[in-house]
Amino acid sequence: MGEELPYALTAELTHRCPLHCVYCSNPVELRKREEELDTGEWLRVLEEASGLGAVQVHFTGGEPLLRPDLDILARRARELGMFVNLITSGIGLTEERIVRLAEAGVDSFQLSVQASEPGLADRLAGFRAHDRKREAAAAIVACGLPLNMNVVLHRHNIGQIEEIVDLCASWGANRLELAHAQYYGWALMNRDALLPTREQLAAAEEAFARAKERHGRSLELIWVVPDYYEDYPKPCMGGWGKLSLAVAPDGRAYPCVAASSIRTMEFESVRERSLGWIWRESASFNAYRGFGWMPEPCRSCDRRFQDFGGCRCQAFLLTGDASATDPVCHRSPHHRLIEEAAVSAARLSRRERAEQGEWAEQGEWAEQEEGAEQGERAERGVPGLSYRGLAK
Amino acid sequence: MTAPVPTARPKLRSPARLRYDEARQTELLLLPERVVRLNPTAGAILRLCDGTRTVAGIVERLETEYNQKGLEPDIVDFLAEAADKGWVESWERSCPTP
Repeated sequence: MGEELPYALTAELTHRCPLHCVYCSNPVELRKREEELDTGEWLRVLEEASGLGAVQVHFTGGEPLLRPDLDILARRARELGMFVNLITSGIGLTEERIVRLAEAGVDSFQLSVQASEPGLADRLAGFRAHDRKREAAAAIVACGLPLNMNVVLHRHNIGQIEEIVDLCASWGANRLELAHAQYYGWALMNRDALLPTREQLAAAEEAFARAKERHGRSLELIWVVPDYYEDYPKPCMGGWGKLSLAVAPDGRAYPCVAASSIRTMEFESVRERSLGWIWRESASFNAYRGFGWMPEPCRSCDRRFQDFGGCRCQAFLLTGDASATDPVCHRSPHHRLIEEAAVSAARLSRRERAEQGEWAEQGEWAEQEEGAEQGERAERGVPGLSYRGLAK
Repeated sequence: MTAPVPTARPKLRSPARLRYDEARQTELLLLPERVVRLNPTAGAILRLCDGTRTVAGIVERLETEYNQKGLEPDIVDFLAEAADKGWVESWERSCPTP
């Protein structure tokens, strides 16, 4: 087996974000501004990633637009020949900023949307964001750039898939990723309130097929499956330390953005080691490479070459053992944890439906002050949901 | 899947970009969320999809370059698949009848 080279770097420039989405996959313990890498450090990370073989960079966060040096970083990445992808909430994305970023070298803007109408969208984001996203979309289109969009699907918006697709089409999107929530970070904390039922998922798949029929030619639609209802786990990251790597705001390097949740592992920082050393030599990146680390039932399973045992973070978060078979797999000895989560979410879903009247009336939650305490947000947000805190 | 007519002028679908990767010694297609490792033939065809060359022109050029005849069916099949995958613009939009 030749040496693996990473194709992509996910650069999480900051955990700060004006939005506080209830399904955010950022770690529950967010990194503060003082801990963030500075411009020079990020430039070095880009150079080292490119030297390692990365040909694509995803600038994300948090909200990457909160970094005033984003232009400088985008320019350097583009000079290195990388495809530069900016993943943004759209807050702060004016036409002027778009032009500057595109000139600097951003190839693609990916704008998130939360729901098909402002009321629900703003409640989910914990911020009055929807109208500003519409403006950001218009600005991207006005600049003649392709508009890529994404929406995270969960119980509260899964019933409006066709409306969401129509909305994105009307905003001028070329590409829309409909991604079912993955249960890490804040999403895991809110899983009971977010996980759709099997019936909702089946209805959503039909709605997606109808939307594809209507918009398929003009709007590329991508469906990211919800792994809780699959028989086998997803081939997470295409294998640990195999295709890509992520650098968190504080400089720690991970095989995937969710890996900081694996508390039992030590991850190295680019402040102490080069990215090349971390990729090739570090214990963390080597821990789950190949197949030797696998326990049963993966060890003797033919699917190990396809799914690499599933997701290490999910295994750790649900079983406490990062080397366990991903519990999504129906052969996992821990699979009942997934079944129980589905049952528990379905129970809460029934209760919500019974209380729907009350639910719909709580309209004025959004527009929360930056830095408000998480507890306060949760109280003012959608009942039963915790809002991600804001690292100042 | 719609095959392109010989007069169609295939073009990479923005924001896709091609890059020859020294480290891997291969042609890569860079897309917003994906990197596609192309085989040499696919790379050679996509390199010519600049929106000015026609399919017929691309066939001619590659037949000369590789000193081979009868490449058209393979090239047309590949382009149809590439349009289907969103790598190149679909024919309806990229090639209004001149």
